[in-house]
Amino acid sequence: MLPSTVLWVIFLLPLFSLAFISLVLRPFFNNYPKLSGYTIISCLAVALGLSIWVMTSSDQFPVESTIEWAVVGDFRISLGFVADNLTAIMLIVVTGISLMVQIYSQGYMHGDPGYHRYFAFMSLFTASMLGLVLASNLLLVYVFWEGVGLGSYLLIGFWFHKPSAAAAAKKAFIVTRFGDFGFLIAILILYFTTGTFNIAELNNLAMAGILGGTTLTLAALGIFSGAVGKSAQFPLHTWLPDAMEGPTPVSSLIHAATMVAAGVYLVARTLPMFASSEFAIMFVAVIGGVTAIFAASMGLVMNDIKRVLAYSTISQLGYMMLGLGTVGVAISQGYLTYEEGIGLGIAVGIFHLFTHAFFKCLLFLGAGSVSHASGTFDMRLMGGLRKYMPWTFLVFLAGALSLSGIWPLAGFWSKDMIVLHAWEHTPVLFWLAIITVFMTAFYMFRVIFMTFGGEYRGGEQGHGDHAHGEPHESPLVMVFPMAVLALMAIGCGWAIWGGGAAQFLGEAGYYGLHGAHWHAHGFFDVFTKVGEEPMPLIALAVALAGILLAYTMYSAKWISPERVGKVFAPLYTLFSRKYYLDELYEQVFVVRILQNGIFRLIELFDIYVVDGIVNGVANITVVGSSTLRRLQTGQLQSYGLAIVLGVLIIMVVLFIYR
Amino acid sequence: MSIESIHPLSIVLFLPAAGAIVIGLLVKEAKTVRITAALFTFVAFALSLALFVMFDRDGGLQFVEQAQWISSINAQYYLGVDGLSLPMVILTTFIGLVAVFVSWKINIRTKEYFIWLLLLETGILGVFCSLDLLLFFLFWEVELIPMYMLITIWGSGRKEYSAMKFVVYTLFGSAFMLAGILTLYYSASPHTFSMVDIASGAAILIPVIPLASIFFLIFIAFAIKLPVFPLHTWLPDAHTDAPTAVSVILAGVLLKMGAYGMIRLVAGFGDGGIVPGVAEDYAKIIVVFAVISVLYGAAATMRQTDLKRLIAYSSVSHMGFVLLGIFALNQLSLSGAVLQMFSHGLITGLLFAMVGLVYDKTHQRQIPLLGGLARQMPVICVVFSIAGLAALGLPTTIGFAAEFTVFMGSYNSTAFSGIQTCVVLAVFGIVIGAGYILWMLERVFYREPKAEYDGVGDANNMEKAYIFAFVGLILLFGVYPRLLLDVIAPVFSIWG
Repeated sequence: MLPSTVLWVIFLLPLFSLAFISLVLRPFFNNYPKLSGYTIISCLAVALGLSIWVMTSSDQFPVESTIEWAVVGDFRISLGFVADNLTAIMLIVVTGISLMVQIYSQGYMHGDPGYHRYFAFMSLFTASMLGLVLASNLLLVYVFWEGVGLGSYLLIGFWFHKPSAAAAAKKAFIVTRFGDFGFLIAILILYFTTGTFNIAELNNLAMAGILGGTTLTLAALGIFSGAVGKSAQFPLHTWLPDAMEGPTPVSSLIHAATMVAAGVYLVARTLPMFASSEFAIMFVAVIGGVTAIFAASMGLVMNDIKRVLAYSTISQLGYMMLGLGTVGVAISQGYLTYEEGIGLGIAVGIFHLFTHAFFKCLLFLGAGSVSHASGTFDMRLMGGLRKYMPWTFLVFLAGALSLSGIWPLAGFWSKDMIVLHAWEHTPVLFWLAIITVFMTAFYMFRVIFMTFGGEYRGGEQGHGDHAHGEPHESPLVMVFPMAVLALMAIGCGWAIWGGGAAQFLGEAGYYGLHGAHWHAHGFFDVFTKVGEEPMPLIALAVALAGILLAYTMYSAKWISPERVGKVFAPLYTLFSRKYYLDELYEQVFVVRILQNGIFRLIELFDIYVVDGIVNGVANITVVGSSTLRRLQTGQLQSYGLAIVLGVLIIMVVLFIYR
Repeated sequence: MSIESIHPLSIVLFLPAAGAIVIGLLVKEAKTVRITAALFTFVAFALSLALFVMFDRDGGLQFVEQAQWISSINAQYYLGVDGLSLPMVILTTFIGLVAVFVSWKINIRTKEYFIWLLLLETGILGVFCSLDLLLFFLFWEVELIPMYMLITIWGSGRKEYSAMKFVVYTLFGSAFMLAGILTLYYSASPHTFSMVDIASGAAILIPVIPLASIFFLIFIAFAIKLPVFPLHTWLPDAHTDAPTAVSVILAGVLLKMGAYGMIRLVAGFGDGGIVPGVAEDYAKIIVVFAVISVLYGAAATMRQTDLKRLIAYSSVSHMGFVLLGIFALNQLSLSGAVLQMFSHGLITGLLFAMVGLVYDKTHQRQIPLLGGLARQMPVICVVFSIAGLAALGLPTTIGFAAEFTVFMGSYNSTAFSGIQTCVVLAVFGIVIGAGYILWMLERVFYREPKAEYDGVGDANNMEKAYIFAFVGLILLFGVYPRLLLDVIAPVFSIWG
C-alpha cells in the first residue's frame, strides 16, 4: 500500500535540505562546506528510494492528496499532488539525475567559496522540480513552474560577479516569463470556462468535447507559450545558450535533463486538451520540428563545447515536442482515438525525455570534466584528451553515440519512435526530423574529434580555479556518477523491448486510458524486420553518415573545415551569429523599440505633459492670483466706479432679456 | 465584560499620539526619545495583533465605539473595524513600528521628528477606523501636517517642492471630497455623517445632485491618493525626497488610504456602498484607467535611474492592480484588491527600507554608479532580492497570492463585457515588472564589485531584525493567504 504521504515526503526532503543548509549549516558550520553536500545527497538518496517505491506501486495509481489553499465565497482553490505513471517516471528522472549531479558537484565545486549557497540553491531547484511533476492542478504547476525558474535564475547567476553570468540569469528569467504570461492567461481562461484548475478534470472535459472551440485553442496555445519559454523552443530559445554561464553541473541538471524538459512534460500532461484542438496540436508539432532542425544548425558551428550541447538540447526538446505533436495531430484528425492516441503520444514524447535526460546530463558532466582538466570550454584549445582522461572519453563517447541514435544505445530506441510516427502522421515534419538526425550525429562527433582526437592544443592556462599544466583525469567522485549515467545512456532504452517502459507510460492510468496502440520492438528487429519496418534502419544509416562526415572533416581531415566554411560562408555566418536573433531581440526590440522608444516616450510624456500640466496649473494659480491682487487697490473711488459700472451692466442685461 | 468596554480601538488609535505627547513633555535625550517611540508603537502593534486574533471571522463591524461628538450636526465619534479595515490597521501599526527603527539614525531635531512620526501614525489609523464621514475627513487632513513637516525638514533633494506638491495635490482632492461629504450629509434623511447608516440604507439617500456627481467628488480625492494615472506625479517626487522611514510609510500605508476609501465608496460594509449604484455604470472607464496605470507605470519605471524613484514608479503600476480589483466588482476581485493593498504595503515598504539601507551604507542612489554590492553586503542583497522577487509576483510570496487573486476575480467579473481583455493587458504588467526588478538587481548587486564600496558594511542586528520580519510576513501570507483572506472575504459576500 502506497500512502499519499510519500508524495509529500519526496517533495519535502530537498526542501528540508534547503532549510537545513541555509538556516543551520551556513550560519553555524560555515567552515565545514562538505556537510551541505552530504545533506542534499542523503536527502536525494532517500527521495530516489521513495520514488522507486512509487513506481513499483503503479497498480494503485492514481494516488492523490489535496489541501484547501484559499476559499473566497464559492471560489475554492485546492492544491494537491498526484502520482500516476507519468509522474512516477518523472520522479525517477528528477531524483536520480539530481542525485548523480550532486555527487559530481562535490568534486566540481570543490573549494568554491559559495559551496553552501550552491547546494542550497540546488535543493530549492530540486524541490520545485519535484513539486512541478507531482502537482495535480495547473495553478500548483504554475507555482512550481516559477519556482524552478527561480532556481535556474539563481544558479545561472551563481558566479554573479561575472557580468556575463548576471546578464544571462536575468535574460533567462525574463524570456521565460514572457512565455509564462501566456501560461497564466491560459489558467485564467480555463478556470473562467470550466471552474476548475484540476488537470485530470480539464483533460476529461476536453475529451468529452465540453471544453472546445476557440476557447480551448487559445488556452492550449497559452499553455504551449509557457512550454516554449521553459523548453527553449523557437522563438524563445535564446536564453538557453547564454544560461551556460552557470556552473556546468547546473547546466547538466537544469538546462539539459530536468527543467527545460518541464515544457515537454506539461504538454504531455495536458495532451488531451492539445489533441482536441487541431490548430494547437499542429502548432506544437511544427514548432517542435522547426526547433529541432533550427537549433541543430547552430550546433554545427559552435566552438564552445557547452554551447554545442546547449543547442543540441534545444534541438532534442524540439524532437520531444514533435513526438507529442505528431501523435496528437493524428488524434485531432481522427486517425487515432483518444483511447489509442493519448497514451501513445505521452509514451513517444516522454520516452525520449527519459533517455535524453540521462545521456545529455552525462554529456554535460563530461564537458565539465574536460574543462576541469583543460581550464576551458573552447574546443579549439583542447584535442587529444583521450590519452589524459580515458574514463571521461569512454563515457562521453557512450553519451554521444546514444544521442546520435546509434543502435543499440538508449537514444536509438526513443528517437526511432519519434521519427516513425512523424513519418506516419506528419510527413513534412519527418523530413526535418531525419535531416536533424544527420546533423546531430555530425556535430556530436565533431565535438568528439575536436576534444578527444588529435594532439593536445594546450588548454587555457591560469583560467579559473581549474587550471593545470597537464590535463588529467577527474577524481572518482566525478567519474563515478558519469559512469552510472553512462550505463543508463547505454541501457535505459532497452526497457522498450516488448513494450516495457513505453507500455508503462502508455498506460496513462490517470486518464483512464488503457488501450495504447504500440509497436513492440525486439532487440534485433531493426535488422531482421527491415521489410516491414525499414525506418529504424534508415535513421541508423543517416546517423552513421553524419558520423562519417565528421570523421572525414575533423579526424581524417580529408576535407578542410575552413574550406567548407568558406564555400558556405553566408550560411556559416548565419549559423554562428545565431540567425541574428539575439541582436533582433536585444538591440532592436528591447533597446531601440522599448527602452529608447516607447518607454522613453512615456517618460517624456510623464515629465512634460502629465507633470507639466500639474506644474502649469500651479503656476497659473500663482501668476493669476498676483495679477488679481492688483485689482484690490484700496482706493474707494475705483471701487465706487466698479459698483456703478456693475449696476449699469445688470440694468442693461435685465432690460434686454426682460 | 465585553471587550468593547475597554475601548480597544481608541487605545490603539491614540497610543502613538500619546507617545508623541510623552516625548514632547517628558523626554529630552535623543536615545530615550527613540526608545519611547519604539515602546509606544510596539504596544500599538501588539494590541492590534490581539484584535486580529479576537476578530470574529464571520465578519461584520467589531470593536465598535460610538459617542456624540458635535451633536448639533449629528457628527459622532464613531469607530469600528471590519475585515477590510482590520488588515489595514495591522499593516499601519506594523509599518509604524518598523518606521521607528528605520529612523534610528536620525539625529537632527530627533525629538521633533519622532513626534511628527507618531502623530502621523495616529492620523493614518484614524482614517481606517472612522465610521463617521466628518471624523474620517478630519483624520484624512490631519495626516498632511506631519507629512509636510517630515518631508520639508528631514527630506533630501527638492524637498520643499515635493512636500508642497504633495500637500497641495492632496488638498485639491480634499476640497472635492469635502463638498461630496457635505452633499451626502444633506442628501441623507435624516441628515447624518454615519457611513454605516448611509451605506446600509438606514438613512435614506434623497440626492440633491445626481449620485454620480457625489461619487466622483469623493472619488477624485481617493484617485489622487492611490494614485491613478494621470494624477500620480506627486508620488515619485514625494517618495524620492522624503526620508526613508517616511517613504516606507507613504508606500506602505498612505497610498492604501485612497484604495480603502474607494472600497468603502463602492462596497461600503458589504452592503452596497456609501454611494451605491454608480460604480457599475463607470466600471469600464475606471478599469481602463487601472490598466493604463499598470502598464504606463511599469514603462516609466523601466526608465528610472534613481533607486528610490524606480521603486516609487513601480508603486503606480502595482496600485493599478488594486484599482482593477476594486472595479471588477466581485467578491474575489475585491478581496484580491485588499490582499494586494496589504501585499504592496509589505513589499514596497520593505523595498524602500532596503533602498534606505543601501543609501545609508554607500551614500549613493544612482543605479549606474552602484554595482557588485552582493559581495560587500550579502544580507542586504538577499533581502532586497526577496523583496524584488515578491514585487514581480513570484509564487510563495504574498505578491503572487494577491495579484493572482485580483486576476482571477477580475477575469471572472461580469462588471462589463470585455473586461477579460483589460485583465490580459494588466497581466502583461508582470512581464515588464520582471524586467525592471531583475535589471535593477543586476545593476546594483551583481557584476564586478567596486573598490569604492569596499568595507561599507552590511545590515546591523537591528536592521536585520526588521527586514527579516518583513520577509517572514511576505512568505507567511504568500504560502498561506487564508490567514488574511478568511478575514477579508466575508466583507464582500453579497458580491458573489
